[in-house]
Amino acid sequence: MNEIANLADAFTSGELWQIIALSLSISLSATAVATILGLPFGAALAIWRFPGRGAVIVAANALLGLPPVVVGLALYLLLSHSGPLGGLGLLFTPSAMVIAQTVLALPIVTALAHRAGEEYWAVYGDALMDLGASKPRAVPALIAMARAPMLTAVLAGFGRTISEVGAIIVVGGNIAAYTRTMTTAIVLETGMGNLPLALGLGLVLIGLTTMICAGAFALAGRSGQ
Amino acid sequence: MRSIWLGLLAAVAFYAPAIAADARPEATITLASTTSVDNSGLLAAILPEFTKTTGITVRVLALGTGQALDTARRGDADLVLVHDPEAERKFLDDGNGVNRKQIAWNDFIVVGPNDDPAHIAGGQDAKEALTAIADTAAPFVSRGDKSGTNALELRLWKAAGIDPKTGAGAWYRDIGGGMGAALNAAAAMPAYTLSDRGTWLSFKNKGPLRIMVEGDAALINRYDVIELNPAMHSGAKLAPAHWLALWLTTQPGQDAIGAYRLGSAELFHPSAANPK
Repeated sequence: MNEIANLADAFTSGELWQIIALSLSISLSATAVATILGLPFGAALAIWRFPGRGAVIVAANALLGLPPVVVGLALYLLLSHSGPLGGLGLLFTPSAMVIAQTVLALPIVTALAHRAGEEYWAVYGDALMDLGASKPRAVPALIAMARAPMLTAVLAGFGRTISEVGAIIVVGGNIAAYTRTMTTAIVLETGMGNLPLALGLGLVLIGLTTMICAGAFALAGRSGQ
Repeated sequence: MRSIWLGLLAAVAFYAPAIAADARPEATITLASTTSVDNSGLLAAILPEFTKTTGITVRVLALGTGQALDTARRGDADLVLVHDPEAERKFLDDGNGVNRKQIAWNDFIVVGPNDDPAHIAGGQDAKEALTAIADTAAPFVSRGDKSGTNALELRLWKAAGIDPKTGAGAWYRDIGGGMGAALNAAAAMPAYTLSDRGTWLSFKNKGPLRIMVEGDAALINRYDVIELNPAMHSGAKLAPAHWLALWLTTQPGQDAIGAYRLGSAELFHPSAANPK
């Protein structure tokens, strides 16, 4: 019961709200960038035929299994003051965490958008071109047509970012009130032996993710009507 | 579809305050420290007073000592607060650090399961206890992460004339993790491990573990603050970092360290005036 009281304390102290806000802003920002780049790129891969296209598709799918801690480490070395991009001063900032999660989410959004776009293009591609659409103009049309699986691509990207800890704990440093997110707080509480509180935070995280997915489906459903 | 794009735009707008916070780091320094001073709650308890007095915000990276020194070496921290005399000496000799000062001390303890298969409970000699653990092949968890605690553990094995690696895969369990991870693992196995007292006192998942050996002079745990050498780290925020080093080693900081307690236990004994 003491731990439930701890969780209640955490909620009322405002610290937890800040952690939740940071988690959401970082993951949603990374998902937004991955979506803005990945959906058109995936759709374009479904429409255009060019040399090396197969290799790009294989690469996007292979990167689905990109280990977060490796992404974190590579970015750490790039952003460190003794690294090539050290002058930007981004290491141990929320911005570095957004970059790391964007790198992780982009292949997921791209690969799933390509798969969705390919199916719709096979069925509706000729009709779209007969209607006089140019290939560049077919990209947004294809995304709009395949919006249900495209939404799944975006949510898969979001799922990757909100649940991820390996990359952001390396490039963010888990600094209290600055780069501490839900997942890094769970790592910290586990390390301090606060297992029930860590589990409680995990349940809050799962609840939030569910709410965001439900909200996305509701929005998509309304815009589809 | 349009509403999805609007939602994404809103997400970017939501993130904007975090970017703005990145943009004004002048009065903010990064302290590379160890998990034991951070997870025990000490820094969270004393740093607000420093920030109130000086206006300098301190961002704390809680790492193992080895990693904390490496982070500073690469130029990614402005000040270090660590506890491994040998690694610190190397950091100073390499020209990375200057002005090492002890701020506080406490001690290490050997903890282990209640049923005590190696029969070391109540002892005061760490070397003897480790020898008994190795002789009985009782499970022992090692941090294995180049932290200050790990470094001391390896020195104790060496002093006892034992190569624990011969027990790897059997009783010697190198988990490659922080103090908390080691205590969680030791509580679950159960196994013996070496812990700093601060983490032990604040740790909430002790399970069957209790203190087995304490009071050996070899188990003293000294925390030192080290400033960066301006000649090698001109990019670091040396002036505000110096203020923090000064504060930690003079009366206001020393008083704050001594005043930090969990229950009735004083976790860190301030020792800037009389280094141990």
